Amino acid sequence: MKKDKVSSRRDFINKGVRLTLGLTVVGTGAMALSRRSGGEEYVWQIDPFKCTQCGRCATECVMAESAVKCVHAYDLCGYCDLCGGYFKPGAKLQTGAENQLCPTAAIQRKFIEEPYFEYIIDEELCIGCAKCVKGCSAFGNGSLILQIRHDRCKNCNQCAIATACPSNAISRVAANKPYIIKGHFTNEKEG
Amino acid sequence: MKRRVNMHRKLNMQKRIPGFFILLFVIMVSATTLIQGQQRFPKPEFDSGYVQPDPTSPEPRSVALEYFDVFVLLAALSLASWLAVRKRSRKGLMWLSIFTLIYFGFYRDGCICSVGAIQNVALSIFDPAYTISLAALLFFLLPLIFALFFGRVFCASVCPLGAIQDLLVINPVSIPSWIRKTLGFIPVIYLGLAVLLAATGSDFIICRYDPFVGIFRMDGPFLMIFLGVTFLLLGTFYARPYCRVFCPYGVLLSWMSKFSKYHMSITPSECIKCKLCKDSCPFDAIEVPVDKAYRKPEVARKNLRRFVLYLALIPMLTLLGGWIGSKSHVFLSRMHPDVYLAELMISQPELREDETNLDIQAFLESGDTFEQLVEQAIVIRTKFKKGGLALGAFIGLVLGITLMNQVVFRRREDYEPHKANCFSCGRCMDFCPVDRGT
Repeated sequence: MKKDKVSSRRDFINKGVRLTLGLTVVGTGAMALSRRSGGEEYVWQIDPFKCTQCGRCATECVMAESAVKCVHAYDLCGYCDLCGGYFKPGAKLQTGAENQLCPTAAIQRKFIEEPYFEYIIDEELCIGCAKCVKGCSAFGNGSLILQIRHDRCKNCNQCAIATACPSNAISRVAANKPYIIKGHFTNEKEG
Repeated sequence: MKRRVNMHRKLNMQKRIPGFFILLFVIMVSATTLIQGQQRFPKPEFDSGYVQPDPTSPEPRSVALEYFDVFVLLAALSLASWLAVRKRSRKGLMWLSIFTLIYFGFYRDGCICSVGAIQNVALSIFDPAYTISLAALLFFLLPLIFALFFGRVFCASVCPLGAIQDLLVINPVSIPSWIRKTLGFIPVIYLGLAVLLAATGSDFIICRYDPFVGIFRMDGPFLMIFLGVTFLLLGTFYARPYCRVFCPYGVLLSWMSKFSKYHMSITPSECIKCKLCKDSCPFDAIEVPVDKAYRKPEVARKNLRRFVLYLALIPMLTLLGGWIGSKSHVFLSRMHPDVYLAELMISQPELREDETNLDIQAFLESGDTFEQLVEQAIVIRTKFKKGGLALGAFIGLVLGITLMNQVVFRRREDYEPHKANCFSCGRCMDFCPVDRGT
């Protein structure tokens, strides 16, 4: 008889605590849910207007091969012979490796017509070091930009590069607009 | 602004024409015509009929697949509950854990996970600018709700971090209770710290120091892989070291599981006190029948005195913890990059000239004034003052309750799983010689 009393008291306490805990969990969920402004999912992306080409994208990604690659916005390109993103500053106009800015020779230069050249990024070789981006922004139109490539990005809960980025250029963007295309070449945003 | 409106109008007009590439082409053309006047080197007009290549833009994983992950989680949790509580099948739980290890671990690369979702929930509650994804919220909630009813079935065979360690429990040793209980306090501190740092938008430390994500991806920084391999090797004798000594989600699960309604039991019917199960648990999570000595009047009186003492200690420990926490807010706030940068620039102004300090150089280039940064840092530090207080009080409170529980004895005549610490892995069920009965 006494045992039953104890166990029923225990059951009662357990039930009460269980209810409290359950309500707390549901309440926390509801609170987080009520703070949801949009119904969108997010992915990480670099804002090329904020990027200062520090080079950390190449090293800070949790993957050995960074998910950040150089992307060429062709419609901004001047197709220059003397490309600031391709040649080292002051280098001769010869395409030898010693004259190329890219440490992995990931930029292919293709003759189109006098005096224009097309520059293609070989994504397999690109390490996202931003050397060419810096060169292109300094001497050219800024048509070379860094972007997180979503076929490579693991979409970590917290992007390791975003934490390390000195200019806060990496943020969550809506998953249905996963790239920030540079449609403007100066450092000011549209609108 | 006008330019944007113009562009949108053009886009809207073109929407009627099918085909993504036409749309893309129009965007490009309109963008080029708008800015051509300002370009350093205008885009040439080609005579050779050159066509500019389309830039590729690989799409991220689709949202529908995120919801599929939630579905897999729900299905795995339901199956694990059934296997642990009803079917009582260790084998089934193990095979399920292998499946989740492959799916959530190696296929999904360890991201999304319930352990890390704590931080998303914390950030979304404290930062109105951040929107939590529905999948992350459900990953946080579902295992807790299941734990409230069926115990830690999530740990048993749904968590990939648990699964990889559980499969490598080779020669577990029994750890003295005082070491277990002391080390078992680390997750509480880790949980509090992780919530504080996530809520202030400083960092997601659970993800940063996730030991196994590097192994799941078969790629990662050296430290991450090293940590993972160390934990796995340690786990061959100290079973599931991450779960028992670090996992912050385990703290929440253990609270839920302690009061769970249908926790798995060792014996299918009546315990015959054969002690066979005692050695089967690699996690020392089986409680033996309580020595009746605690009911002797002199022992009981002594315990009651200790109980009252510890009960009185709880508010004091909470206050003390809160005081220490709020005192250490200056130190804690350095985890936030803005505070760190502001302090660095105040203490070492000569670094402004240092070309190699990327953080300071990027800040100087950004156009924000130093005063803005300092103001920002002060706002964050105020947040840390409140957060530090809460963190300290939380740790003090949990410490107090843990101490109090040391002298609370419950009548127990059978061998039972410790509901808070039991991972519901089901090893003990195989060792119980009692038949299921009728």
